[in-house]
Amino acid sequence: MRARPVLLAASLIAVAVGLIPLGYLAIRAGEAGWPRIAAEVFTQRTAVLAARSIGLALVVTLACVVIGVGSAFLVVRSDLPWRRGFGVLAALPLAVPTYVAGFSWVSTVDGFSGFWAAALVLTLCSYPYVFLPVAAALRGTDAAQEEVSRALGKGAWRTFTGVTLRQVRPAVAAGALLVALYVFSDFGAVSIVLVDTFTRAVFTAFSLGFDRTGALVLSTVLVVLTVLLLTGEGLTRRKGARYARPGVSRPPTRIALRGLRWPFIAALAAVSALALGMPAASLIRWLSAGVSRPGSLGEIAAATGNSLFVSVAGALLTTLLALPVGLYAARSPGFLSAGLERLTYLGHALPGVVIGLSLVFFGINVAYSLYQTVWLLALAYAALFLPLAVGAVHAAAAQSPPALEDTARSLGRRPLYVFRTITLPLTLPGVGAGAALTVLTCMKELPATLLLRPTGMDTLATELWTHTSVSEYAAAAPYAALLVLIAAIPTWALSREVISA
Amino acid sequence: MKKPLILLVAAVLTAATLSACGDEPNVAGDKKIIVYSGRGESLIKPALEKFTKATGIQVEARYGDTAQMASQLIEEGGRTKADVFISQDAGGLGAVAKKGLLAALPADTLAKAPKEFQSRAGQWVGVTGRARTFVYNPDLVPVADLPKSVFDVTQPQWRGKVAIAPTNGSFQAFVTSLRVGQGEAKAEEFLNGLKANGVQIRSNNIQIVQEVADGKLPAGLVNHYYLHEIAKEKGIAPETMKAKLHFFTPGDPGNLVNVSGAAITMNSANDADSKALVDFLLGAEAQTYFANEVGEYPLSASVPAAAGLPTFAGIKPPAIDLNDLDSLEQTVALIKKVGLA
Repeated sequence: MRARPVLLAASLIAVAVGLIPLGYLAIRAGEAGWPRIAAEVFTQRTAVLAARSIGLALVVTLACVVIGVGSAFLVVRSDLPWRRGFGVLAALPLAVPTYVAGFSWVSTVDGFSGFWAAALVLTLCSYPYVFLPVAAALRGTDAAQEEVSRALGKGAWRTFTGVTLRQVRPAVAAGALLVALYVFSDFGAVSIVLVDTFTRAVFTAFSLGFDRTGALVLSTVLVVLTVLLLTGEGLTRRKGARYARPGVSRPPTRIALRGLRWPFIAALAAVSALALGMPAASLIRWLSAGVSRPGSLGEIAAATGNSLFVSVAGALLTTLLALPVGLYAARSPGFLSAGLERLTYLGHALPGVVIGLSLVFFGINVAYSLYQTVWLLALAYAALFLPLAVGAVHAAAAQSPPALEDTARSLGRRPLYVFRTITLPLTLPGVGAGAALTVLTCMKELPATLLLRPTGMDTLATELWTHTSVSEYAAAAPYAALLVLIAAIPTWALSREVISA
Repeated sequence: MKKPLILLVAAVLTAATLSACGDEPNVAGDKKIIVYSGRGESLIKPALEKFTKATGIQVEARYGDTAQMASQLIEEGGRTKADVFISQDAGGLGAVAKKGLLAALPADTLAKAPKEFQSRAGQWVGVTGRARTFVYNPDLVPVADLPKSVFDVTQPQWRGKVAIAPTNGSFQAFVTSLRVGQGEAKAEEFLNGLKANGVQIRSNNIQIVQEVADGKLPAGLVNHYYLHEIAKEKGIAPETMKAKLHFFTPGDPGNLVNVSGAAITMNSANDADSKALVDFLLGAEAQTYFANEVGEYPLSASVPAAAGLPTFAGIKPPAIDLNDLDSLEQTVALIKKVGLA
């Protein structure tokens, strides 16, 4: 195995960006001093909050795996009617911010609150994190292995659990990890349905007594939870083999559903109705019940343009930083590359407000000329969403055979040329998928955006917040609708990339 | 595939670089100021536009959540670009003042608002009053049964009927005032009483008023102007709302009045433009706007409260100095201890 100094150096830069929030936490926790940390962290309340966050993450992740794997299998590997349409529908909930979904449930169902309410909303919003990578992996698996299993006399179910699931296990684990980390960091849904999770406690601590130090010290516990989760996922991943596609593979066979097709159609339709129909119905009700109106068409267009602009800038930067990390992890598997990859995940479970403040700190003390410019906001998005792009790059690179690059190198091509002519074209679809995922996640982000946006710049997410915070729901509805519709474009591209054979 | 991608990257880079060329902050007398507002854009922007129209001073405003914005200002310290900080409550102003980041306001500015609604050191001044009150639905609560004091809601007839928003700043300020005015023991007894009486928990005041108006909740402890806000969204007069406001007996601790306020940062201490804005917010035009369009109490003595609201004198807020409400940490500890948040 060759050393890859350029990849390693570039990876280190990316990891440094991902670790800005942790550096900030370390500085502020250090100032707080050990007695304060101990008083804040080693309490019964902390234990209860942590247990609740872990419990919620567990329930939501399990539900997302069931729904995500199930719909991916139906869409990619069965003869389900309208499966392309269902594939797009299954990815679309990613475009719905949890605060919009949570609010629509609360305003529709009386007494909708508590742990299970949060679990429902979070599952409906985040199961595409599992659906998308698993659908991609199912499409990429080699049909030959399943045929061997069937030829050896195993039934359809045994083949599914013994061969198919095993092949896509890394994709399931990667998706599940993103879901669990997302649940740790979510504030939108849990604040609306009133579940005290760790992140809600962090947000509350800011407004409760303007206790910034307490909030930051509490956040360190989220980092610890993330480390535990990453270790757990790392243990399962080590057992999974690499799944590079050897040569040309045939499109996999599809299972005939026969009489089961209608129940399955009903199930998929029900999930989409709850995940998409519910928010849509709410927006229509907001519009019809209120008399407030959004700003002029010009203002709406400006907010839309700004949303697209900051999200694309954020996604470009994130992808640029993620490329070396993902490639390094795929091409030089080992302790170092795996460690670097994991480090980019550490900030992902932190609440947006903490990421935002850490970048305020960074902007004021290190990069003042970038402060309150789009660049610093893009950097915040990178620190937050690096894992989304790293995971996509890694998966894409792992599926493209390294032998091609080695051959080119042995024929005397320079590394950059090999990267441009072989690595990039082969991984581009995967990289693009990661970038699309990042764009739509940036678009929904609120707390860090509020803290870091250039003064006077409104995005769809900030306009939505502006109006809902003063009960102007009719004025907020168009922004929410636009946010979902525009986020639907990358989502649609993502699902098409994944599903079309 | 490749060309459009390169064009996109180029376009984003160019646009981002252009937008990076911001204005020089904190320049005195340049007819330009930067305002950090912890209050909603829909409430503040009209007042800022009136200000620009009246004075020709351009305002660049960034909006956010008061608590997070206070954290941001503290994090920015001496390098902040903000000239003026407008806050949802006195607590946010106090937190920033404590770090020595706010300038002392000129005496003539402070003279525009009552003494009890400004910082003792003159570092911030109240702009509007926000009264604590009892919101109820007359279909579910007979007017004859309305509580005379906020302490009455811990009695058995209110069991499970009253909602609070304990994570909300306004509730915390109220609890702090109880601790300061009535003593720690009485405040804790009251919170325990609420808890034991099955008080309903909601995430914010709006939700409580909305549910009371919809008949889903009999009553709640909230700030007074949310009724105005919701009526406005429904396009009806506040008087026709199903939810009604009830103020306790004059002088009752439940009638606490907190303020939204404004302050000038240290960096902008000598900028006449910043002072002009704070003066304007306390002037007749802005005060009338806050009273009639936002439904809050004007703090300027010469502007009357909105029709339908009792006067300040009528509700007689408890004699509490807002400067003494800076012990939020103990309040938070108490609310957590009792198990309401």
